[in-house]
Amino acid sequence: MASFFSDTYLGIALVIIGQILLVLLPLLVAQAFIMLAERKIWAAVQLRRGPNVVGAFGLLQSFADFLKYIVKEVVFPAGADRFVFILAPIISAVMALVAWAVIPFGENLVVANINVAILYVLAISSMEVYGVIMGGWASNSKYPFLGSLRSAAQMISYEVSIGLIIIGVIISSGSMNFGHIVDAQKGSYGLFSWYWLPHFPMLFLFFISALAETNRPPFDLPEAESELVAGYQVEYSSTPFVLFFLGELVAMTLMCALVSLLFFGGWLSPVPGLPDGLLWMLLKMVIVFFCFSMVKAITPRYRYDQLMRLGWKVFLPMSLVWVVFVAFAAKFDWLWGTYARWAVGG
Amino acid sequence: MSVLQDLLREYLPILVFLAVAVVIAIALAASAILIAVRNPDPEKVSAYECGFNAFDDARMKFDIRFYLVSILFIIFDLEIAFLFPWATAFKDISMVGFWSMMIFLGVLTIGFAYEWKKGALEWE
Amino acid sequence: MIAFSFYLFSICVLVGGFFTVVSRQPVHSVLWLILAFLSSAGLFVLLGAEFVAMLMIIVYVGAVMVLFLFVVMMLDVDFAELKAEMAKYMPLALVIALVLLMQFFLAFGAWDANSAAETLRGNVTPADIPNTNALGMILYDKYFLLFQLSGLILLVAMIGAIVLTMRHRTDIKRQNILTQIYRDPAKSMELKDVKPGQGV
Repeated sequence: MASFFSDTYLGIALVIIGQILLVLLPLLVAQAFIMLAERKIWAAVQLRRGPNVVGAFGLLQSFADFLKYIVKEVVFPAGADRFVFILAPIISAVMALVAWAVIPFGENLVVANINVAILYVLAISSMEVYGVIMGGWASNSKYPFLGSLRSAAQMISYEVSIGLIIIGVIISSGSMNFGHIVDAQKGSYGLFSWYWLPHFPMLFLFFISALAETNRPPFDLPEAESELVAGYQVEYSSTPFVLFFLGELVAMTLMCALVSLLFFGGWLSPVPGLPDGLLWMLLKMVIVFFCFSMVKAITPRYRYDQLMRLGWKVFLPMSLVWVVFVAFAAKFDWLWGTYARWAVGG
Repeated sequence: MSVLQDLLREYLPILVFLAVAVVIAIALAASAILIAVRNPDPEKVSAYECGFNAFDDARMKFDIRFYLVSILFIIFDLEIAFLFPWATAFKDISMVGFWSMMIFLGVLTIGFAYEWKKGALEWE
Repeated sequence: MIAFSFYLFSICVLVGGFFTVVSRQPVHSVLWLILAFLSSAGLFVLLGAEFVAMLMIIVYVGAVMVLFLFVVMMLDVDFAELKAEMAKYMPLALVIALVLLMQFFLAFGAWDANSAAETLRGNVTPADIPNTNALGMILYDKYFLLFQLSGLILLVAMIGAIVLTMRHRTDIKRQNILTQIYRDPAKSMELKDVKPGQGV
């Protein structure tokens, strides 16, 4: 029986599809509750109750919303490029989902254990910009067009600093594989061995860049309601809109996973002695997600020129200097070798 | 041949993952197109505007600054691309390799300073 | 399985390339070109060059194509008119195509694959070293000069882009954040005692 799953094509294919569904289905269902949690958190910040009608505590609210979206009419605006118009949300959602193929949830709990995992995530997230540009262009309407331009410039600006921050972590761990990066954070001091401590300033830079990269408030300029109505999503309705929305949420969840893998030791337990495992990883993601939500609830929106200034004139030089610092610290063994904890080959 | 095969074995799930994700996304998009009523009228399908129709084409000319930002992005992206193998092989890299990257970064920092001075990073 | 993936990606590259040339809408051309680049990244993976494959996506699809899209969207060119003009240059284009084709024949005529190439292809790098590391170990010291040269090319590109596109506008208000922060409240406001009926 075991040889069926490891030797025959059908067996291998079944195993792979099983693993993929094991990641995708919980991920998609989790989005419903993430949406609900966000609405509950914002409501709590504003002293409201939030959704509380559908199901106990409003638990089924997102599913009800989803059903409503499916029976809504898909409106193709006049003059829209129909093919690109429908392709844009699909690309947006697919790119957000596909990145999860290399995210590990525990020791060897990963669909595709490739050597260049971080590079893959970076490549996929650099393609998310196409959903936005194409959506704005295909709508043939002014607001979406302006929104998509803004969004594209914003996403590419912050990708640079995300890349540089990741370089710092790679220098410290000596690998682009998430499993190795987490292994490199293993130490006898529990949570103080993780990279958030030596790479402390970069944790904040990464967090803020992640907000900008996923178009979350305070950087949600592409869809700034007060000036651009809803940016590139103006002309979208029904499930194409849901796909855009899903793409954005999944990309945000991915950023939560990245923060916990790169800086908070993934599935490692914070207290030495307790067993490592999947639950720690999920707990860390939930905590990071809570921070994302709180930021959305309490910050006002940035102005566009301020956003670009922050990206190019503050984050880029800071992360570049940090890369050089980490390189020197790792090469010349500064600070008791904190920066040179290579997981493979030592 | 087996090293290559092991490597490709790790990439196969990504291809399948892509296929599954595409199927899910298309199924979602198609479901509403098939299930929901479609009843377009000229007002409904007209582009969103403030009160009256747009005077000209929505796909208008825009500021050259977007173009400049994307060129600068390409350059920094390439710089990061050069950093990746360097960072991954950091422990095996010789002193020459280490300093050669520092020179490389120095050269690009000159470019960055020039950009800053010229005001190319200012959004107006 | 490898053969199947190879044909899948190759067909995608060819189809993408073909439609890039023939599609009437330039934005569609760019999208087809993206498909071609993605599939060629797939081909690189099949060769075991995973780093190059990812770079292909990050640099070409993630950066260069965004620039292309911007350019194509920004240019307000009537492409139908351009197409009509193209007919004039058809003979010249045909001559160039012919020359290119002949060069291809020359190149492939002289092609001689070593019999050991097949085995070499499977073991480009030692088995225990991922090819990104292998690249990193030689690129920065063995190819020191070429590496520095590429740095200089990037510098030139940066300066060139700025020289060509920067137009400093003087008719707008700029914000200087430092002066804003360091403004002294005591100096920026003056209290005047205005007597009734006299004005300031």
